[in-house]
Amino acid sequence: MWKYLVKRLLQMAGVLLIVSTIVFFITSVIGNPIYNMLPERAPPEQVEQVRKMLGLDKPLYYQYAIFLRNALRGDFGMSYTHHQPALRLIFSRFPATLEIVIVAMLLTIVIGISGGVYAGAYPRRKLSKGIMGFSILGISLPSFWIGMVFIFFLSVRLGWFPVSGRGETGVFLGIRSSLFTLEGWRHVFLPAFTLAVINIATIIRLIRAGMMETLRQEYIKFARAKGVGEKDILFKHALKNIMIPVVTIFGLQLGELIAFTTITETIYAWPGMGKLLIDSIMNLDRPIVSAYLLFVSVLFVAINFAVDIIYTLIDPRVEL
Amino acid sequence: MSTDVLLEIKNLQTHFFTLKGVVKAVDGVSFELRRGEVLGIVGESGGGKSVTGFSILRLIEEPGKIVGGEILFKGTDLLKASEQHLQSIRGKEISMVFQDPMTSLNPVFTVGYQLEESLIIHQNLTKEARKQKCIQLLSMVGIPNPEKRLLDYPHQFSGGMRQRVIIAIALASQPDLIIADEPTTALDVTIQAQILKLMKKLSEETRCALILITHDLAVVSELADRVMVMYCGKLVETGDTKDIIHNPAHPYTEGLLRSIPDIEQEKSRLEPIPGIVPNMFELPQGCKFADRCSRCQTICTQEEPPLFEGPKGRKALCFFPLWKDS
Repeated sequence: MWKYLVKRLLQMAGVLLIVSTIVFFITSVIGNPIYNMLPERAPPEQVEQVRKMLGLDKPLYYQYAIFLRNALRGDFGMSYTHHQPALRLIFSRFPATLEIVIVAMLLTIVIGISGGVYAGAYPRRKLSKGIMGFSILGISLPSFWIGMVFIFFLSVRLGWFPVSGRGETGVFLGIRSSLFTLEGWRHVFLPAFTLAVINIATIIRLIRAGMMETLRQEYIKFARAKGVGEKDILFKHALKNIMIPVVTIFGLQLGELIAFTTITETIYAWPGMGKLLIDSIMNLDRPIVSAYLLFVSVLFVAINFAVDIIYTLIDPRVEL
Repeated sequence: MSTDVLLEIKNLQTHFFTLKGVVKAVDGVSFELRRGEVLGIVGESGGGKSVTGFSILRLIEEPGKIVGGEILFKGTDLLKASEQHLQSIRGKEISMVFQDPMTSLNPVFTVGYQLEESLIIHQNLTKEARKQKCIQLLSMVGIPNPEKRLLDYPHQFSGGMRQRVIIAIALASQPDLIIADEPTTALDVTIQAQILKLMKKLSEETRCALILITHDLAVVSELADRVMVMYCGKLVETGDTKDIIHNPAHPYTEGLLRSIPDIEQEKSRLEPIPGIVPNMFELPQGCKFADRCSRCQTICTQEEPPLFEGPKGRKALCFFPLWKDS
């Protein structure tokens, strides 16, 4: 176990080093940020001065070394546009994103699992066919379209939900979040559901296929012969056996949700990280873009690691 | 005598409705089982033995369906019972042991949990009492170190050991009947003997009736009090084990017995029953065994034979049964 942990940590460090290299070189060729920072007719001396100030006059490998050294300390430099440390800026937006992601994941777990189990256990029933129809729609329709349709019908026409923005926040156990107020929930629900639709659809299909496969196994029949009730057959004996692929997908979805809520956040004007990323890319705000990408990589690597650990808890035959 | 009857099956019919047509896997089978009795059901693959066993607990899956008959267990008809009532009988009063121990246990739960689960469902015991009972059950079926083994997962057990665990689960609530569906087919011969001895011993000790489904006549002759031979979903012969082994009445039983290799006789070839089991979608008219039978007459291919009663409670589904009055 310890050997595995050490090996895994080294691997994670390697992955992050590679990602940091790619991130650095890509952000350094996507355009010159100086022109975004200075007025259009700035004199050449001033351009030169800013170049020096930002360290862009040094050779690229030298810049990279500095970038790496600072990144290790969690310092990605000051945002060109916000004049705040890049990482701190990202962290200040993180809670808002986490809110819709958490709600989206909860929706995915509850609706995805119950829908998938039902559709897999009783494939011939009408409700199952309805669930599968929903999942096809959920997989095929793009989230920006779903988001706009929701806003149009549920917010504009029916007025059930606010059109956009984050609601008031409340403080609970020292954490400030809009999930602690009713108004906050009204704001969170639509963006979270929009994010969740494709994930719910994926999980439903995954679980349904696994259910249909697993329910044919002898051990299910044996459990029935033992007198185990239908609910325990489905949610205990069968579900635990199909959780490995489901947890894998959950992990990927969680990472993707946190990292790339961009479109949904833009549609709902949600002040999260995704919107920050888009704005920063537009402004060629290198420190934020590179800090963001590295932050996301760390997140993915950590989630994958957690998923691997969870495998061993689900299936005793998995060895690390 | 009649109070001693544990299970009575009358004219059981279980059919499978497939796209190609209807398969009459069990077609009008009737029999009785007394308390503590060991009944062997034998026959070739596809004869309806297992389906009969699963029908008793109503564990027939789609596209199968029990279309007729009665299954009277202690006087109540299980076919009319609610699913809930049936769940309280499964594993408590009637248990099953399956064919393949490698696949009958859930791979992601500990053996201890799977054993305990049966106790949780059917018995009202404290956690500590359940644990003691699990340990006791495992040592009863001959698993060394039971306390430690409870925490192990099925893949950490060998096939023979898993079958012992399954037997322990079947015995957990002192059932009145165990249905064992080819319990030793997937095991190698030395383990087979151990498991059979164990089942015999435990069923005697607990006065539990046993339905032993197998294609192995040697197994039946050693364990069963009575034998039922099935062919193409029909009961073709039944009687006391000794009588049937020494003096088979139905030509099919005779053929089965003859095809067993005998170590004392020097034979260069085995004697199989000629032909193959007919296609279950297009069963022949008349006797289903007619075109493999050496004593087939004209009537056999035209009319279905009735179940003739012979001496000592024997029955045979044949126009020309071979009983001798011995």
